[in-house]
Amino acid sequence: MNPFDYERASDARGAVAAVAARPDAQFLGGGTNLVDHMKLGVAQPGMLVDVTRLPFDSVEARPEGGVRVGGMMRNSELAADPLIREWYPVLAQALLAGASGQLRNLATTGGNLLQRTRCPYFQDLTTPCNKREPGSGCSALHGWNRDHAVLGGSSECVAVHPSDLAVALTALDAVVRLQSPGHDRGLPVHSLYKLPEDDPSHDTVLEHGELITAVDLPEASPHTRSAYRKVRDRASFAFALSSVAAVVEVADGVVQSARIALGGVATVPWRASRAEEVLRGAPATEETFRAAADAELEAAEPLRHNEFKVALTRNTIVAVLRDLAAAEEGSG
Amino acid sequence: MENQIDLTVDGGRRTLSVDTRTTLLDALRETLGVTSPKKGCDHGQCGACTVLLDGRRVTSCLTFAVAQDGSEVVTADGVHDGDDLHPVQEALVEHDGFQCGYCTPGQVCSAIGMLDEAKAGWPSHVTEDLRAGIELDEEEIRERMSGNLCRCGAYTGIVAALAEVARGETGRGTDEEARA
Repeated sequence: MNPFDYERASDARGAVAAVAARPDAQFLGGGTNLVDHMKLGVAQPGMLVDVTRLPFDSVEARPEGGVRVGGMMRNSELAADPLIREWYPVLAQALLAGASGQLRNLATTGGNLLQRTRCPYFQDLTTPCNKREPGSGCSALHGWNRDHAVLGGSSECVAVHPSDLAVALTALDAVVRLQSPGHDRGLPVHSLYKLPEDDPSHDTVLEHGELITAVDLPEASPHTRSAYRKVRDRASFAFALSSVAAVVEVADGVVQSARIALGGVATVPWRASRAEEVLRGAPATEETFRAAADAELEAAEPLRHNEFKVALTRNTIVAVLRDLAAAEEGSG
Repeated sequence: MENQIDLTVDGGRRTLSVDTRTTLLDALRETLGVTSPKKGCDHGQCGACTVLLDGRRVTSCLTFAVAQDGSEVVTADGVHDGDDLHPVQEALVEHDGFQCGYCTPGQVCSAIGMLDEAKAGWPSHVTEDLRAGIELDEEEIRERMSGNLCRCGAYTGIVAALAEVARGETGRGTDEEARA
């Protein structure tokens, strides 16, 4: 590991200035991904600015509705928060489906959103990877690509975005609050990430030095239901082969609103807007759910080893919608 | 780049000098000679390095020591009460919850942290109703302990041991209970 300077930030403004001042500086959150990548040589920061002690570590109900989640809040505490469990089950379920208890106790909200792909070629310095080393090529495209993306890939990169939390936040229409070297800003989670296209080296649109201080969740309607379902190779502590986050309102047998996001199958947390279009105003039936899933997956471009993800994702979307619709009926 | 830091380790104050690159695990083992946390995978995947950091279970291989300046660390070597083993340790012995023992200190710290989390009402991936209380049945214990691997495969004994502690059959509270 290369030597690096360490600084513990005492205020957000100072932390942003410290990182902005050095091109080789990075923020340090829980470290569960960054420290690992530093050991592997994938990340080689010359300076770490530790933001874990900044006072953004709580969930607060906002006077205008919705809640604000602190950027430094640990994943375990966020999943256990009573407001989140009551009003945003999709979020609690996504967090609890991720990593292990020990890792959730370290990982932060902001760090989880900025974690990098677990593509084995990205993490292996001996193989070409356009994300790690632009222009070197993509080893996954014609290599072992069972875990890779069927949506949002390009000829340069097919690495999957690994976060469960980001998928839930995408379905919730959450907004990321950023403290910036220039003007502070808010960014919908779905615009935070960028498709690889011809430059996979940047996962997000963030400028160097921008710090995630909070994530705002819109007010949860008492009429909507939400859920996160994750399919993986083993029952616990594994990344998604496919995952579905859904926030749905069904009334009188009709889908009033539906927001759906997919994980484990795309290069970014994938907003399933085509599926949503099919669902809106349609009868809440198995047939509709299948049509919605098909509409979204029409664009899928499976690779040599991951054709199965298309059917897996179709089945998972249908199963999640069926469960949410049934819960609605049961409560009515 | 050397930094001087203070840690409380198993109840004792320690001042040490560490390179920024030193993980908490390496600082404990190599600098302080506290060898109960083990280095397994060194990537956060096996749980052998689990310690209680300011009361929470974490993988000590994935955090830099310099970032934990001022923190309190408890390892499996510091959970006993005088000559008495911690109830989790006692139950693991009783139920054959280990074979080679390499993962055991991590299992002990993880279990103590896990029991505390359940007591605080934290749900898990297998908790059916996020709003209801937690009953630490076998399924819950397996899910909550999934961050600790045992290559000898002593899982059956580990689960039985922790189920017993969860039921309070040892007749003695955990440290956390005593403090509460």
